[in-house]
Amino acid sequence: MTDAGQPLAIALEGCSKTFPDGTRALEPLDLAIHAGETVVFLGPSGCGKTTTLRIIAGLEEPDAGGKVLFDGVDVTRLPIEQRNVGMVFQSYALFPNMTVAGNIGYGLKIRKVPHAQIKARVSEMLAMMQITRLADRRIDQLSGGQRQRVALARAIAVRPRALLLDEPLTALDAKLRDTLRLEIDSLLRSLGITAIYVTHDQAEAMALGDRIVVMEHGRVAQIGRPREIYQRPATRFVAEFIGTMNRLTGSVSNGTFSCQAGSLAWPEAPTGATEILFRPEDIRVAEGHETTGLQGKVAAAFFLGDRTRLFVEVGEAQPLVIESTARRDFSHGDAVGLAIDPRGLLVL
Amino acid sequence: MRHETRRLILLLLPAGIVFAAFFLLPMARLFLIGGSGKMGWAAYTAILTDDLYLGSLVSTFAVAAATTAATLVISGISGVFLQRHRFPGNAALVAMLTFPLAFPGVVIGFMVIMLAGRQGLIGQVTQALTGEKLVFAYTIAGLFMGYVYFSIPRTILTVMAAAEKLDPKLEEAARSLGASPWHVLRDVIIPGLKPAFISAGAICFATAVGAFGTAFTLAARINVLPMVIYTEFTLSANIAMAAALSFVLGIVTWLVLAVARTAAGSSVAAAG
Amino acid sequence: MKRRSLFYLQLGFTLLVCAFLVVPVILSMMAGLTVNYFVGIESGLTLRWVMEVWNGYRDTIFLSIGLSLACLAVTLVLGVPTAYVLAKRQNALTRTLEEMLVLPVAVPGLATALALIVTYGGLSGFRTSWAFILVGHVLFTLPFMVRSVLAVLSAIDLKTLEEGAASLGAGFWPRFRDIVLPNCRQGILAGSLMVVTLSMGEFNMTWLLHTPFTKTLPVGLADAYASLRLEVGSAYTLVFFLMIMPLLLALQAFAKPRPAKFVAEEAE
Repeated sequence: MTDAGQPLAIALEGCSKTFPDGTRALEPLDLAIHAGETVVFLGPSGCGKTTTLRIIAGLEEPDAGGKVLFDGVDVTRLPIEQRNVGMVFQSYALFPNMTVAGNIGYGLKIRKVPHAQIKARVSEMLAMMQITRLADRRIDQLSGGQRQRVALARAIAVRPRALLLDEPLTALDAKLRDTLRLEIDSLLRSLGITAIYVTHDQAEAMALGDRIVVMEHGRVAQIGRPREIYQRPATRFVAEFIGTMNRLTGSVSNGTFSCQAGSLAWPEAPTGATEILFRPEDIRVAEGHETTGLQGKVAAAFFLGDRTRLFVEVGEAQPLVIESTARRDFSHGDAVGLAIDPRGLLVL
Repeated sequence: MRHETRRLILLLLPAGIVFAAFFLLPMARLFLIGGSGKMGWAAYTAILTDDLYLGSLVSTFAVAAATTAATLVISGISGVFLQRHRFPGNAALVAMLTFPLAFPGVVIGFMVIMLAGRQGLIGQVTQALTGEKLVFAYTIAGLFMGYVYFSIPRTILTVMAAAEKLDPKLEEAARSLGASPWHVLRDVIIPGLKPAFISAGAICFATAVGAFGTAFTLAARINVLPMVIYTEFTLSANIAMAAALSFVLGIVTWLVLAVARTAAGSSVAAAG
Repeated sequence: MKRRSLFYLQLGFTLLVCAFLVVPVILSMMAGLTVNYFVGIESGLTLRWVMEVWNGYRDTIFLSIGLSLACLAVTLVLGVPTAYVLAKRQNALTRTLEEMLVLPVAVPGLATALALIVTYGGLSGFRTSWAFILVGHVLFTLPFMVRSVLAVLSAIDLKTLEEGAASLGAGFWPRFRDIVLPNCRQGILAGSLMVVTLSMGEFNMTWLLHTPFTKTLPVGLADAYASLRLEVGSAYTLVFFLMIMPLLLALQAFAKPRPAKFVAEEAE
């Protein structure tokens, strides 16, 4: 691929950020991003993910003592103009006084690339993003999805060492988001570029990230591959932020977990555990002939075609959410037996 | 980024230096000179203690107040009317009402003479109608007319902008409750335009208080503060008094305009 | 129909007001073209007075034009960067600066001129040059340029646009040239018109600041009204109107609100 430079390894050492008004946006953070990987910063607003991205970009300086390294070289004092990173902003930041072609070629113009080469590269980018017919349009004539593509083309045109994306899909409607997510995914893979993607949408994070950095209140809650984050969340926050989590409170004795709904045989149960967490897909409704230790009553059932989403009362604060593929009609008030796969149990 | 702040300060420097050197410093000097004359610092209270100055202050305020009242009524009626009724020629009328915006006071003074001077149009008309020639250009009434002339374009724009923002639903609600057009005007429209009236009125008042060109052209026996300052400076060479009076005048107009700004958004040119 | 009669009443009133504003202008212009004002239009039309004005007062016209252009140049150089700074930072300090900038507009021109005279009147070279008047004009018109440009800059997301350009490698001056200036063009144009118009018509300050060798058009007008034939004064006024009318019309064209553009999501 000739579209990107040598992929970049990025490292953050002890980077924290306190804003002039006193807000502590980021606690000291250490992070190593491998060359060519896509890392997603995920978290609710205010968690520090955008601040971290902007520190990597060079738009914010970390507090004294923090260091940003590109391939081992300290670039902390380097402003963004000199870092050669491509950036896609949430609001796209397309220049209203230039056409689409002008926008895409701007970075090359700044680098004093010869005019003919700029034209060729811009055409290449337009074709890659499938927006060739928009070349001479003005920005205010474009739809949201089109602006997105122009923003991407503009960032990539200069062959940046890394691509930084700040919630690029947040401003779009759901259907568009799905389409563009696929496009961005294949784009990042084909470019082989190091990419850092910020989002608050966990579905996006899971789909795009090689690794996900889950953040909360300026701190890293967990770093890991999507499967790890989903199946083995390190903290309650991560568990509840990603997907849905079911909860049973009770106590452990003799390899059995006992709660209001009944009891569950669990040989590996850690002693002293008072709460277990598990995903909806790790619990199922017992078949007619099965006997299980746990019982509940159906509070609501939603037939979704390929499965039924059940809300089952078990005497906890919240009903359990179960995704059932059983070919069975559930109605309000039905008594059901519940079987939980112990491999999916979590204690946090 | 620290160097960004430094750069911004550097960008501000040219305007800052020019402003400090040519406005702040001279104003400070003016203030000091005001207190350096025969009367010393008492010159600053002379406006209230001396009969001549007090009299001119009262006249100035009186003319300005009358101008403001008349202008607000005129602009109120015409402005609201033009903003709310679409008819062919509306744009032309608006253009005619706003284009005198940048006329200097001298020209307006001249036009007052054309209308109300010894050979003025009004004189000729009244002579034809009543046999008596009405000449008032060189009196306070002529000044008043001139002030109203340059105040209308300024205020009408503010009124029209405010009228545009009035919610027609409020009036419809009032009418559905049985309010007559007069009631709607009194209870819905005027209260809705109040902030615009306050701000436009304050600007009108401040401009009239500080206006010089019109009074200068109509000279004669008109005794408004700007003219008094001028004569103190040029004829009496009483620089200290002129300085003190003009400084006081400056503070008064600035205060009035500050009130206008807090009551609404931006302010408009003061000339005339 | 009460509403109908109300409409016509208001229309009539408005027409009267328009007449009040327009008729004197026409009168003044006509007076400058009649042979003898006291006789009226029956005396015939002539360009004689206009020629007299041109011959006798040509330099005031040129000085006014030159001053307003110089004023424009200075306010552009001083005002555009100032507007940029005010758009980038909104804190108590910048608000105070904005307030201070407006002071020469709020304070009567008389006071500003007097202040300049008592401070710099002693420098006779400066005092007797047109630069002295220029200073007054710049002080008075600068806030209008700043406000006009600031209004446009505040309406766009300047910060993000600049960050976008910076992420592509543009340093400060390329950003200023390629992003900031093109996007405040409307503001600069509107501001320029305002500055030139105000400078041409400025009298209050200029009357005190001028010398017999640095007379501007409004100053010449005041002279003419006081000392010359009514016809000459009128012709002079006519020339002034002719010069300022295109500016005022252009200003009005600018004041028209532009319709907002909404872009609908196209089917992809």
